Formats: sequence, C-alpha cells, structure tokens
Amino acid sequence: MSPVSLSQREVPLRLRRRLTVALGVALLCFLLLLARLWDLEILRGDEMRTLSENNRIRLHRVQATRGTVVDRTGQVLIDSRPSFDAVLVPEDTHNVELTVENLAHLLNQSAAEMHALITQTSARPPFEEITVRRDLSWDELVALETHQLDLPGVSMQITPRRSYPLGTKLAHLLGYVGEASSQDLAADARYHMGDLVGKAGLEKRWESYLRGVDGGQQVEVDALGRKLRVLREVEEAPGDTVKLTIDLDLQNAASQALGDRDGAIVVLNPNSGEILALVDHPSFDPNVFARGVHPNEWHALLADKHRPLNNRVAQGQYPPGSTFKIIVATAALEEGIINPFTRIHCPGGLQFGNHYFRCWKKGGHGSMNLHEALVQSCDVFFYQVAQRLGIDLIAKYAHTFGLGLPTGIDLEHEKAGTIPDTNWKRRRFKQPWFAGETLSAGIGQGYVTATPLQMANMIAMVAAGKRFRPQYVKQIETPDGAVVRNETPEVIGTLKVRPTTLMQVREALRDVVNAPNGTGKKARLNDIEAAGKTGTSQVVKMGKERVKSTQLPWQQRDHAWFVAYAPFDAPEIAVATLVEHAEGGGGAIAAPIARDVMQAYFQLKKDRENAKYAENRPAVDRPF
Amino acid sequence: MLRIDRRLIAHFDWPLLVSALLLIGCGLLTVLSATHTAGHLVSGLLARQTLWAGLGLVGLLAALSFDYHWLERYAYGLYAVALVLLLATAVLGSSGGGARRWIALGPVSIQPSEFAKLALVVALARYLHRQVSDGALPLRALLVPVLLLAPAALLVLKQPDLGTVVVLALTVAVVLLLAGLRLRFVLIVAAILVPAVPQVWHHLKPYQQRRISTFINPQADPLGAGYHIIQSQIAIGSGGLEGKGYLHGTQNRLNFLPEQHTDFIFSVFAEEWGFIGACVLTCLYVVLLLRCFIVATRARDTFGVLLAFGLTAMIFCQVVVNIGMATGSMPVVGITLPFFSYGGSSLLACMVAIGLLMNVSMRRFTF
Repeated sequence: MSPVSLSQREVPLRLRRRLTVALGVALLCFLLLLARLWDLEILRGDEMRTLSENNRIRLHRVQATRGTVVDRTGQVLIDSRPSFDAVLVPEDTHNVELTVENLAHLLNQSAAEMHALITQTSARPPFEEITVRRDLSWDELVALETHQLDLPGVSMQITPRRSYPLGTKLAHLLGYVGEASSQDLAADARYHMGDLVGKAGLEKRWESYLRGVDGGQQVEVDALGRKLRVLREVEEAPGDTVKLTIDLDLQNAASQALGDRDGAIVVLNPNSGEILALVDHPSFDPNVFARGVHPNEWHALLADKHRPLNNRVAQGQYPPGSTFKIIVATAALEEGIINPFTRIHCPGGLQFGNHYFRCWKKGGHGSMNLHEALVQSCDVFFYQVAQRLGIDLIAKYAHTFGLGLPTGIDLEHEKAGTIPDTNWKRRRFKQPWFAGETLSAGIGQGYVTATPLQMANMIAMVAAGKRFRPQYVKQIETPDGAVVRNETPEVIGTLKVRPTTLMQVREALRDVVNAPNGTGKKARLNDIEAAGKTGTSQVVKMGKERVKSTQLPWQQRDHAWFVAYAPFDAPEIAVATLVEHAEGGGGAIAAPIARDVMQAYFQLKKDRENAKYAENRPAVDRPF
Repeated sequence: MLRIDRRLIAHFDWPLLVSALLLIGCGLLTVLSATHTAGHLVSGLLARQTLWAGLGLVGLLAALSFDYHWLERYAYGLYAVALVLLLATAVLGSSGGGARRWIALGPVSIQPSEFAKLALVVALARYLHRQVSDGALPLRALLVPVLLLAPAALLVLKQPDLGTVVVLALTVAVVLLLAGLRLRFVLIVAAILVPAVPQVWHHLKPYQQRRISTFINPQADPLGAGYHIIQSQIAIGSGGLEGKGYLHGTQNRLNFLPEQHTDFIFSVFAEEWGFIGACVLTCLYVVLLLRCFIVATRARDTFGVLLAFGLTAMIFCQVVVNIGMATGSMPVVGITLPFFSYGGSSLLACMVAIGLLMNVSMRRFTF
C-alpha cells in the first residue's frame, strides 16, 4: 500500500546492537541524575532547606569607580571619592517599624519620610537593599556603627561618589552625573536603580569609557542580614581616565581675565582644533547635581537672569557684530568686488531707501580703503561692500568659515547659529529678501548669529588657512596608563582663496591690534605680534540717537566681542572673547580680556620651558 | 485521499502517547505553579501553553497520518525550508531578552530553531540510511552530516542560542555513533584537538579569555548564572523527600529562580514535589525513553531505525542536559525540558516528534 518504496533495506545487525548500547548509556545517565537528586534532596536536604528559608546567599553589587578626568598636564578635573551609604534589607528585620524609627532618629529624619522611601520601592526583588541615606557624614556613620544592635537589617555600603574640584569652572564642558532614570535603566541592562550615570557634558558623552565594569560578591549572610563570608567575588574594573586638551593653568588665567562679567572665552590651537580653555560665566556647580539637586536650588538656577545653566560657548547664539567684517572683507577681495586700493567715503552714515544706516563713528571716517576700514571698523565701508556682494555670496563665505553650521564638537545640543540668505528668508518667513537687510548682515547684525565656539574656529581658520573639528579630548587611558583611544586632529574645511586675499586680511587684523588707530589696540602684547578684530553687537535695535552702553538698562546693553590669534607670523593660539551686555564695546572690554589670555599663554609656555631647562640642565657647573 | 488501514489502528502505540500526554499534563501543572501570582491562579502564559498543547495534539496526529517514507523523499527540501526560516529569523525576527529567536506570525510567534532540530534529524536519517552497513561508517560519510549541521548551527549560534546549538551537535554526534562511527576515530580527533586548545588560549588577551569562559561556562560568572545555579540547587535541595507542596515552593514564589517557567522548571517541580516527585517524573521520562527505543529497534527498515533513534536522541539529550543543568551537574545552557517547559514551539516540536515515532511504530508490519 505504501506509495513509496525507495531502498527499504534490511536493518543491519550491527545497528541493532548499537541501539542496545545507546539505551544502556541513556539509562546510566538517568541513574546518575537520580543519584544527584538523592544527594541534593536527601543527603543535603536539611542544609538546603535552611539556606532557602533565610535566603542566606545574597548578591552584593560593587559599583565600579568612575574614571577620572584630567587636563592635558594631568591635573585632576573630576575625581571619585569613596563614600558610605546606609542600606536596609527589610526582610532581615522582624520589626521594620522599630528599625526604621531607630534609623530615622539617628539620621535626624522623620520616620514617616523614611517609611515613604521604603514603601516607594515596592517593585524591588526580595532581599535587595534599599538605600536609605547616601553619603553619610562621619558623625552619622559613627552613630549607626555604635547602634548596630538596634538596627537589624541595616548595613553600610561603600560607594564611589563624584567630585568636581573646580566647582563652577568648566562645568558646562564637564557636565555632571545623576541617578539613572527609568529610561537609562530600560536602555542598558548594566544600569541598576540608584546608579550614577553621566547626565550632561562629557560625563554623558564619554559614559561608556568612564563607567567601568561593576563587580560583585556572592555573600552568605546571617539571619540579621549581616555578611558572614564572601563565597565568590568578581572585582570591579574602574573606568578609564579621560585626558582633555584643556590646560587648567590657562583655563584659570582666562577665567580670571573675564572676572565677574557674564560671557564666554574659547581658546583653541589653530593647528589642531584642540581646545585649550573654555570659560563660560556664570555657571553652575556640578557637585550640587552629583549629590542630588534640591528642587529649590533647581528653581533658583532656572530663574537666575544671568542664566547659569546656559552653555554659552556652544549653544549661545549672538550677533557677531564687526568681527563678521573679516568674512565680508575676504569675500569682497576674493570675488573682485573691490581691490586693496578701492576707496569708499564714510560721512558717518548711509541713506538706503527710507532708512538711515549709521556708522559707529558719528562724524564719519572719511575716505577709506579696505585695510583702513578693517583697522578702524568702518561700518559705512562694509554697508557698501555688502550691498555690492549680495547676501548669497556673503552667506557662501560665512559657511566656508564654518558659520551657520555646527562645528562638530563632541557635545550634545550644539547650536549652528544663523547665516541668512534669500532661500532661508523665504523658507523661514515666506518673504523675499530685502536689500536693506544685506547692509545689516554686512556688519554682523540683523539675522546673523554665531556661537563663541564658531567664532573661535573662524579666527583659527584665518590663522591656519584651514578649519579643524574642535576637540576637547586628547586621549583615553586605562587606570594603568595604557592608551585606549587617541584623538587625532580632523580637518573639516580649507580656505580656498588666493594667498594675497588672505594676506591682506591678516595684515589688516594685525594692525587692528598694533596700529595706533586700531580699534583693538588694547589687545596688544608686550613682545609678540597678535592679530584680531573687535565687535560690538547690538541687542536691541538702535534708536534715533546712539546712546552710551552704560546709560542703558543691563539687558539692553551691547555684547562685546574680540577674536584674535597670535603670534601673527606663526599662529599658536586663537581666542574668541564674548562679554554679554558689556559696559563698553569690543575694543574697550573684550580686547583687554583676550590680551590677558594670550599673555598668560605665552607666559606659561616660557615658564614651562624654563622649568624643563632647569630640570635637564647638565650638571657641569656643579663644583667638585 | 488517504486510506486508513485497519492494521494501522491496531498498531497504534498507546503507551508512547499516554506517557507523553502524562508528561505534558504535569508540565502544565508546573507552569501554573511557576507563573501564578497572588491574584491570578491561571496566568496568560498557562492559557497559551494549553492552546499550544492542543495544537501539538493536532501536529502529532498529522505527523502519524502519512507513511514516513514520504519524509525520505522530501528530507532535504524540508531541511532547506527550516534553514530559510532560520535566515528569516536572523533578518526580521523579533528579539526578546537580548536574542533574536522568534518570528511573529500574527498573534503567535514561533521559534524556527525548534523545527530545525526535527528537520535536521530527518535529513540525517535520509543521508545515513544508505551509508550504514555491517561494517564501520566510512570517514567520508562524515562530510555530509557536518555540512548539514554547519549552516543551522551557525545561524542559531548567531541568535545567540547556545543551548539549541548544543542539542543540534549532540544529536548529530549520537546518531553518527549509532550509524557506526568508530569511537576510536572520535578519540583520535580529540587527542589531536585537545592539546592545541591551551596553545591558542595563551595567545588570547585576558578579557577575551573571560568572555569565552563565561560563554562556554556561564557558571564561572558568580554574579549571573553562577548565582542562578546556586539558587536552583537550593530550590531542588530544599524540597527534601516530600517537597514543600504544590504551589508552596518558596524559591519559586520569591522569584529567586531565573527563567522559572522555561529553563529552570525542573527546579520548581522538584522544590514542590521533593525527591519522590522527582523520581516519579524521572520514571515517566524513562518509560517514554524505553517506548522510543522499542520503536527504533522494531522499525522495519534502516531509515525508520535512524529516524526513530534520531528523534529519541534529540528529546533525551535535552532531558539529560536540562535536569543536569538545574541540579548543577552541568554547565548552564538555555535548554528547555521537553513536554514540560513553557514554550509553544518547543512543545509542538516535541509532540510532532512523538507523532513521527508513532508513525514509524505503526508501520512496522506494513509492506
């Protein structure tokens, strides 16, 4: 009946014999399993029952010590210190009420509050510890240790805590850690309730390196939950050390130069994009976040009119003012709109349509060529040039210098600023571009905005002829010093203009600082030639009469800019300085700050070379 | 139209069916215990598992309804389909618990690797039944089984599901030994390979070594499986002679057991029913095992012998490894306990295997 009868061969005898052997082996396996069950359930049954009744074997996690963050010379910027937490396992105490009452009394907390904390974490697995108080003070620790008999189920746990010795300095770059949120917990199985994870800044960006690998212990505990012995252990692996490009000494000098003013300073190496210093003032204290920020403190930070939570460097968008003239000048020369000898007359303003565009100098500059117009920052000259260039060509050159685009720094939420053009205006406002708006854009006003970081990268490009991705991490090392990751400079744009164009712009910038009538002469260094450009950008539209900044209410005062690089012939640093709502213009307020920063840089360099020389000096002059 | 021969019904293998159904019944009871919560005695998981058991019964009847010699003709085709399913899982499968093992088919999701096991056994029997003789299996006859195993094993390893890979490899090895592969050969290969291992090992970086050692033996990780294995042993051991009583296992109830309704379901059973219960359960498996062997020895032809034995090997490798794992006598690899663990595909595949065994059994006299 079978529809198929392929090769229905006789079954070889050998196969049948082997089947018997296989059955024997299988039965033997079952016999061994039964023996094992006998061993577990009968011979060791009582012992196992005790273990199961008290659940004597627990898992203690040991959180890895987070990696440190150091500056380029090895000075500590973020550190981890050990701290003690009080933890409670409610299953280990027969009278939870009483234990909590005693604990609350010793820690000066209301018992109700502490009860709430314990009932809140109801979803936890049985016998898992609840942290009742973090970072115990020495007195609290002693109190708990001496009253241990009244506190069954309570134990002390060592956990690493984050500390930021710089306080508010560099806080926006460093960021902070906080307790893992429910999203963090869902996203990564390695996170546990109460873990500290990077929440902002580089703490967040480099989390995977800083975190390390948690260890743990399998421990046997007694009926009160006290550790009897460690059965097995996995050591924690501390996180990697992140070495920044920041030079802490220079950072401190820059911070001092800015003083109490609101503003930002970015110092870059124009030949690599390495960030040497990053000042952002005022700022917040990451230590407050690391220990858990109190709602009142949080609201105070949010309400502060000086906006300490704002990252000015990478997220603050300001009109660049006259510093933008560097770009318009380059565009005009390169596009042949003007040549170095073209002269334009400045009578103190320009009537365009029904609007009168003022020059900052009331009486006017008279006849100017490009060099003089940059040195003295003549607005009328640049109104004329901008009008001849048109907004789209200005935008093209601004993009070449990296404006209107993120710099690509490895930080969250970097802002790109705005470089308007006709398309942008149509998209944004559904309106055509008005010719008058080109005039404002030509002096870095109107819709044009940029971040201090972008402006630093712009002046660095003038200095080096190319633009790098700004970097703040130099390398990452294991705690033993083995290099895990090395950051290499990354060129993200080259300035494709004629050498003469660049030379004419650079020479003008040198005279901004060094000529007697330069607007940035307050940035002049003692023995090194610097180049730079001032900028004073209006926060509110100018009225009929120009008013002195100091006579305006604080929020309406102008921003003061200064961008610079030095030395002129072999640039080593590029600086962008911004002072928000300054009491004066870029030349008066921002230029001296930039000078102090550059001076500090060269002084540090000299001191370090001297120290090195002293160290390596051959000992020939030692008397025998 | 299929004609039902009266002789076929006369040779229906009742003991095989009944012991399998008894095991499934016990399994459902234990799944209930492992998944019930304070408010709800019957969980959604239990309802699902019961539905799968019903579906499995249909699969079982389907598997014995045709002459198993049909399988000989379509063996490779079936295996190819299984491989395609595995590939599809790798590409568009859904992941759960960090692994990509399931394909969603409407409201249900299936685990193709469970069916790949069956297809591999059929394909293996198809190839080997022409190779066996009264002499030893020639070495060149190893090539095709290895080529058959490799793609499935790699795809499953990628999921990653080490447990199923172990079952696949173990089944192939056992069937090859039965088919006449000389034990001597196995020993020689081992003698060559084993000394090479430390050489390679020393060239690895410590973190690579650690990664491999926790992969091969997760028990070495005291914070993960090593902790689970201790808790599983405590669960079984604390059952004592008589057990803590049905629905009264504390290790189970307090969530100390990992994967309590799948891989560690034996621990739940042993905690509640004690040594006596564990013995009864083991005896049920032994009865099933004996019936399976009887089917294999009585099969009419070599293909039938190899098919029946392959299926038997597949089921019992899993039983031994799973109980061995739960009692802490073997490394922890994720393997379900046949007929017992929660998991629809696993249950369905096991019932189809029983159906095929009954198929071979029923047709032992037909010519």
